[in-house]
Amino acid sequence: MPRLPITKTPKVYVGGAFIRSESGRTFPLRDARGRLIGHVPQCTRKDLRNAVEAAAKAGPGWARRTAYNRGQILYRLAEMIEARTGELSHALAPASNRAAAREVAASVDRLIHYAGWADKCEQALGSVNSVAGPFFNFTTSEPMGVIGVIAPAECPLLALISLIAPAIVTGNTVVALASEPQPYPAIVLGEMLATSDLPGGVINLLTGLRRELLPTFASHAHLRALSGVANAEERTALERGSADSIRRVRLRADTARTDWFADTAQGLSMIRDLVEFKTTWHPIGA
Amino acid sequence: MSAVRTLAFRRFLHEVGPVDAVGVEERVAKYGTRSIKRQAKVFGLKLAASMVDLTTLEGKDTPGKVAALCAKALRPDDRDDGGMSCPPVAAVCVYPSMVAAARRALGPRSPVRIASVATAFPSGQAPLATRLAEVRAAVGAGADEIDMVINRGAFLSGEFTRVGDEISAVRDACGQAALKVILETSELETYDAIRAASFIALRRLRPGDFIKTSTGKTSSNATLGNNQVMLDAIRDHYLASGVAIGMKPAGGIRTAKQALTFLIAVKETLGDAWLTNTRYRFGASSLLNDLLRQLEKERTGAYQAPYRFSEATESY
Repeated sequence: MPRLPITKTPKVYVGGAFIRSESGRTFPLRDARGRLIGHVPQCTRKDLRNAVEAAAKAGPGWARRTAYNRGQILYRLAEMIEARTGELSHALAPASNRAAAREVAASVDRLIHYAGWADKCEQALGSVNSVAGPFFNFTTSEPMGVIGVIAPAECPLLALISLIAPAIVTGNTVVALASEPQPYPAIVLGEMLATSDLPGGVINLLTGLRRELLPTFASHAHLRALSGVANAEERTALERGSADSIRRVRLRADTARTDWFADTAQGLSMIRDLVEFKTTWHPIGA
Repeated sequence: MSAVRTLAFRRFLHEVGPVDAVGVEERVAKYGTRSIKRQAKVFGLKLAASMVDLTTLEGKDTPGKVAALCAKALRPDDRDDGGMSCPPVAAVCVYPSMVAAARRALGPRSPVRIASVATAFPSGQAPLATRLAEVRAAVGAGADEIDMVINRGAFLSGEFTRVGDEISAVRDACGQAALKVILETSELETYDAIRAASFIALRRLRPGDFIKTSTGKTSSNATLGNNQVMLDAIRDHYLASGVAIGMKPAGGIRTAKQALTFLIAVKETLGDAWLTNTRYRFGASSLLNDLLRQLEKERTGAYQAPYRFSEATESY
């Protein structure tokens, strides 16, 4: 008996739920041969606002978890992706099967890398400082809060994960804008986030047009840092907006040709970019 | 046990008319679809701020905390350079023991009024003489308004005259102070019961008094549905008697968007005459900072972070 084809409605993962854009708008998604795959939510500034609210709500609970537990959860997320490699590879079309499988594998490895850092980065980032007085002086790191992530067009899965993982590992929460030409891997990634142990709201993924959403990324005072890739014109606008709300900006130039597969695209420095340092002076008894 | 089953209730409901529950739900669902933009939004946000009864009702309240609440009430936006982008709120709402502290903080002639809950708030389960003494003590300490709770036990057992007589007794004990009658809608179970209780209160009140949804101390608080039923009762009472009574939803209203939706309900049910803080109030605390946040967003065009505004009590 013939079956009706059941097609998936692509939805974005925000606040632990799968939502359409509040505007109801979508943009068509086509495969390499130009066939329609589906309609992806074209998120608006109000969707970004709602995502920031969700991220802010999830923040304190996520930051309160032990670093060890956050590491376990990142590892669990890597397990979820590993088990669904085929589906994600398919989502990465038009890349060839081999290139897609390589990108998924690298994404899993990247999560494992940061899962390992979770309960070790404090030892590497923090310090006990020598000072000219009878004080015990030490520096510790704290999460910043809500981080805005702006993913590049290329490597729609690996680059997105490479930007998100170092942000959340220390207890930040993230609102990320997926690759504009290839948003589908972010939609599928959302489905994996929902089945991992990650609390809702820690990672919020939006799809849409950069020119519509970047002005709000620039002006939203609740975002404590921006991390990602932008062209010269976008960087100027984002930096100008960030100056108004005293926000940290860690943007790579789109011309930098970042090799997202390389070891240089991961590591402690990416974690350090998105933490605040607190130095405490404690008097040593007489 | 339930009021809905008593003969007295059915007789009374026959007199005041029942509520079409499905109709009410459908009507209030539509309020969320109104498009309020720019000047109308700014007007609504400022109006809502001027209607807030900034509330702290906790066992851990101290005179210092009440003084901080009063400072916030007088000048909600501490970054305001005198341009008064946000007006003072309508009142602070505290326990009777904190009225004197609030009066000290606000001074004798303040634009912000002092409301005090009384009558063994929130349960009301104390002898009438005790409840009346509490009202007199609060008024004596300087309260401009008294928030009383009705005797839900008497209401649910069908003793409507007793409920009404107690409201009259409290009203007389208030003297010049305005009275707000808390129905505690979450304990009345049905819209019919809310309408009946509204009428019992409305018929005993003076112009300038209020009816109020809830104590904020139970599981469910003000909703658009019970707000609508009470607004309808106020309108029907006004058309029948000419006496204009105010309304105060309390508890659970935390966002500016919610507040605007409640104001739409007021405008479309009672008209512009009720869009003033002498006839409509919000019992809230965290709402105020969200109103400030949205006002600042309208002024600058940028979404604001909540921690940029001075702290208000977040518990109500």
